[in-house]
Amino acid sequence: MGKQANQTFPDANGRFGDFGGRYVAETLMPPILELEKAYEDAKADPSFQAELDYYLTHYVGRPSPLYYAQRLTEHTAKQHGSSAKIYFKRDELNHTGAHKINNCMGQLLLAKRMGKKRIIAETGAGQHGVATATVAARLGMECIVYMGATDIVRQKPNVFRMRLLGAEVRAVHSGTATLKDAMNDALRDWVTNVGDTFYCIGTVAGPHPYPAMVRDFQAIIGVEAKAQIMEREGRLPDAVVACIGGGSNAMGLFHDFVDDTSVRLIGVEAAGRGVDSGLHAASLTGGRPGILHGNRTYLLQDAHGQITDAHSISAGLDYPGIGPEHAYLHDIGRAEYVSATDDEALEHFQLCARLEGILPALEPSHAIPRTLDLAKELGQGGLIIMNMCGRGDKDVFTIADALGEHISEGTEG
Amino acid sequence: MTHRIDQSFATRKAKDQAVFVAYIMGGDPDRETSQTLLNALPNAGVDIIELGMPFTDPAADGPTIEEAGLRSLAAGTTLMSILDMAAEFRKGNDTTPIIIMGYCNPVHNMGYANFAAKAKDSGIDGAIIVDLPPEEDTQLRQAFDAHDLALIRLATPTTDEARLPRVVAGTKGFVYYVSMTGITGAAFSQAGSITEQVTKLRKASKLPVVVGFGVKTPERAREVAKDADGVVVGSAIVKALHEDGPQAALTLVKSLADAVHE
Repeated sequence: MGKQANQTFPDANGRFGDFGGRYVAETLMPPILELEKAYEDAKADPSFQAELDYYLTHYVGRPSPLYYAQRLTEHTAKQHGSSAKIYFKRDELNHTGAHKINNCMGQLLLAKRMGKKRIIAETGAGQHGVATATVAARLGMECIVYMGATDIVRQKPNVFRMRLLGAEVRAVHSGTATLKDAMNDALRDWVTNVGDTFYCIGTVAGPHPYPAMVRDFQAIIGVEAKAQIMEREGRLPDAVVACIGGGSNAMGLFHDFVDDTSVRLIGVEAAGRGVDSGLHAASLTGGRPGILHGNRTYLLQDAHGQITDAHSISAGLDYPGIGPEHAYLHDIGRAEYVSATDDEALEHFQLCARLEGILPALEPSHAIPRTLDLAKELGQGGLIIMNMCGRGDKDVFTIADALGEHISEGTEG
Repeated sequence: MTHRIDQSFATRKAKDQAVFVAYIMGGDPDRETSQTLLNALPNAGVDIIELGMPFTDPAADGPTIEEAGLRSLAAGTTLMSILDMAAEFRKGNDTTPIIIMGYCNPVHNMGYANFAAKAKDSGIDGAIIVDLPPEEDTQLRQAFDAHDLALIRLATPTTDEARLPRVVAGTKGFVYYVSMTGITGAAFSQAGSITEQVTKLRKASKLPVVVGFGVKTPERAREVAKDADGVVVGSAIVKALHEDGPQAALTLVKSLADAVHE
């Protein structure tokens, strides 16, 4: 284990060590400074926290359960002779089916407090778009979601959901027409409509204060998980595990454990068709530090500093960067970052469905194989919490395609 | 060098004229065409050249410049080949300043000190790095200062009076005023006077004030030149090159330059 991380990060300039910062066009500097101030004020205001708590309890459905995945544990024990106990933090049971709404609830209540009525968001898998559209509907706000044209094709059910919720989904055709391009277009919208618009970023990336603010809104995952495991097992877990695209569900789970140095923090990146194939989304494993979308972090890029395409079967992990706090936790050795391929995710999606009766989203399906490896490594007496950050209903068409099955669209629900 | 930039403003000021700044995307659609256009700009009336460095994710640019950058990258352009274009230009011209303009990642990838040294060797006079605000530009500014290169900062309609002194304090050569909130090539939303904004900038800085974003036609360029020390046109030139070829681009450049110099 490396140096102890400090829960007071980032510093006043939004830095996590050498990562983070505010690399934005001058037009956006005043609004991000305004946002930072508004967020600091809200954090210090008990009435803001009370309102957020109200919605998290009665609308989102928190706390989410901490569930003992008994049959996956037994399966591992049977295969390897011994297994650590595997728990799932069930954030897929939240309203809208993923952890994303924790952050949207916080950011849109902040937008309301700031008097902003026009909400924009980027989305990859569509989960953040759906969560933003949902909260915007509830709070009576206009909502525009930017989504890559490629992702619109592979995530049709979520596109329709957003429209049902009253959001306008704008297709982004530039670049690779995926999440990074959606983020470019959202930034273009913001720079144009800076006066009345609130940009609700879906992950722990972007210019300061987003990485810290999104982390804080997601930190409830780890806070609940810690209290729940103490109640169930009377001790801290040996490790917490989560999948990572931008890294918001992982940061949410990790944050409250960062200073508990006995707890291993393990992030699982998407290795696509294998990190050596070049077709992957593993920014820490296969990337280098650079500057994109407002922050300095690890990026997939070529020898000349041009951003290269990410690849993953999971649209939510298909991003060439990672949140700057993960880059920092990686460099100081506080967290460990591993990866899982498309094939491993598909295989463990099916295993989880059959053994636990849970259809995981393709994103947390990446975390399952590394969780099982760890369960074997720790053996009996070990204790692991994995974040089940989203449910797989949105992915059934992608999975059917990958498995060579033909199912009719429109029956999903 | 800031010397070439200062000289350009002094020359026009002596004739009571504004400076015309033209932007082209380096390497669009290929190195040869782009080099020919670059070399021809001074004779078409361009006083200062902004040479675009392509980037895959130009989040402050509209589709015209984004697509030009992607064409350039597809043709094999790198940051090094942009610097080579400047060096080639310098063989025949030692007076027209070249400001390179683009995004931070390719520069960060080369290393700030290395980039500054290579830019100097290539005859570059300064740079505008769109996503490097004053809060983040200390390292590059120090490297530029060591080579007498100008790191030009942008002021925008959202830059309030509390912030403006900080923005102009570290800038050299000229202050670039982005005259609207938006991306490059967008319609000019505040088509009215920019007198008030330019006056504010003049109070904050003694440097010349150059106005860009949303200027597409000789008519608008002429209007802006009444208030500003210089006028920038980018997307309209890039668009003319793409749609009608280098000759059409130069014809547009000439008409814009004439309007600015009236």
